[in-house]
Amino acid sequence: MSKKYWEKLPQGSVVLEAGSSAKFKTGGWRSMRPKWIEENCIQCMFCWMYCPDMSVKVTAEGKRAEFDFEYCKGCGICALECPGKKGNKAIVMEQEGK
Amino acid sequence: MGDIVAVTGNEACAQAFKQINPDVCAAYPITPATDLMQRFSSFVNDGKVDTELVLVESEHSAMSACIGAAAAGGRVATATSSQGLALMWEMLYIAAGTRLPIIMPLVNRALSAPLNIHGDHSDGMGARDTGWIQLYSENAQEAYDNTIQAFRIAEHLDIRVPAMVCMDGFIVSHSIERVEYIDDADVKKFVGEFQAVNPLLDMDKPKSYGPLILTDMYHEYKRAQHEVMTKVPNIVREVAADFEKMTGRKYDLFETYRLDDAEIAVVVMSSAAGTTKDIIDQYREKGIKVGLLKPRMFRPFPFLEIAEALQHLKAIAVLDRADSFGGYGPLFSEITGAVMSMNSKPAVINKIFGLGGRDYLPDQAEQVLDELVTIAKTGKVETIKEYIGVRE
Ligand code: SF4
Ligand code: SF4
Repeated sequence: MSKKYWEKLPQGSVVLEAGSSAKFKTGGWRSMRPKWIEENCIQCMFCWMYCPDMSVKVTAEGKRAEFDFEYCKGCGICALECPGKKGNKAIVMEQEGK
Repeated sequence: MGDIVAVTGNEACAQAFKQINPDVCAAYPITPATDLMQRFSSFVNDGKVDTELVLVESEHSAMSACIGAAAAGGRVATATSSQGLALMWEMLYIAAGTRLPIIMPLVNRALSAPLNIHGDHSDGMGARDTGWIQLYSENAQEAYDNTIQAFRIAEHLDIRVPAMVCMDGFIVSHSIERVEYIDDADVKKFVGEFQAVNPLLDMDKPKSYGPLILTDMYHEYKRAQHEVMTKVPNIVREVAADFEKMTGRKYDLFETYRLDDAEIAVVVMSSAAGTTKDIIDQYREKGIKVGLLKPRMFRPFPFLEIAEALQHLKAIAVLDRADSFGGYGPLFSEITGAVMSMNSKPAVINKIFGLGGRDYLPDQAEQVLDELVTIAKTGKVETIKEYIGVRE
């Protein structure tokens, strides 16, 4: 007899596949979108450090790159933490879909 | 054979823990369970066990530490009572839902308010829906034996469910009784090596515990959890059969006393069963056919087996050492649930007794038996639920 769907579930809802959260694209949650203003960026990497979703990409040289919008959920933490240059933020939040 | 000793219920359970030598134990004191983990902490201090003892800041943390250690892949135990169990409440569900075979003696005690440190079953009954196995013990011997069996039951690879071993606060936890210990080597052999299932510490196979599971699959996980509980009774019986081979002491899902040819019977758990048996003997001498059924495994509740054992009776009194305010006593609800499946339905009455450690005295048992005799004769039940042993 073939097993029922619920009989095949892993015991105690343990997720046995490592790194499976990569399949969960949180970008669809976004209502606000961070915009990177490169000329104000001092490469401090605060945004990379603070982002809860690892959505700030880094180049092979270790420099700040674009956002990863498949996962960025638009929380705005990066924009808040960004010191920018001479009082000008290097990240601003904009309405999504504008 | 092991030593025959004069010990308290707490001491006996601490001895079982010592013999089993769990990988991790968490401890937070609460009367009347304090003494159990305190004795165990001496074993840790004296190097009698190599358990990692985590001294936490609350029972919520105690159960959280147990959950973490069990998920990591260890054999884990703790003990608590009353308010302590209440504070663990959310973590109890997590332990069971995550299928972690944690063992916890629960020294049954009343719940506040008013504040009371003595024995009743309010705490255990409050946790009946958490998904834990619950075994209730009549005396220190049963508390010791149930603790040892609980490890084998909970850790069985077909189920992996946490288990509480209940004993009455003070009446059993602090009274000195004759207890037959089992040899250390036999206990070790009986419980066997702990087999971790999906341990977090297996670094080659990383995994996550505690995911968010919403409307698409939660219902199925609960269906699977329900299924697991249906497998528990057979495992409890298998383990009891092995235990009997080792010790000669017989255990089952419930115990019956002079029940086979009885016309009326009392259903009661834990220490009050002892007193009731004495009074049953006296009534038997008078020619009254009375018996007793003492549930040992309250969760999962063995409905069909109990129905079969009770179906020949005319009248049953269910004695609850806990109340469900605005409802019937919790044990009564289960027994009437069991009776549902019978063709002939005995009359069933509910007595609430012994709350907050109020003594259950022989005259209370006599009062109940006299009422059952009348009901068996007339077929009429006057009051379904009633407090007994109450000052009036
Ligand atoms: S908005 Fe939030 S999620 Fe998106 S990049 Fe900034 S910190 Fe990360
Ligand atoms: S926090 Fe702002 S300034 Fe710093 S690297 Fe990120 S964008 Fe550039």
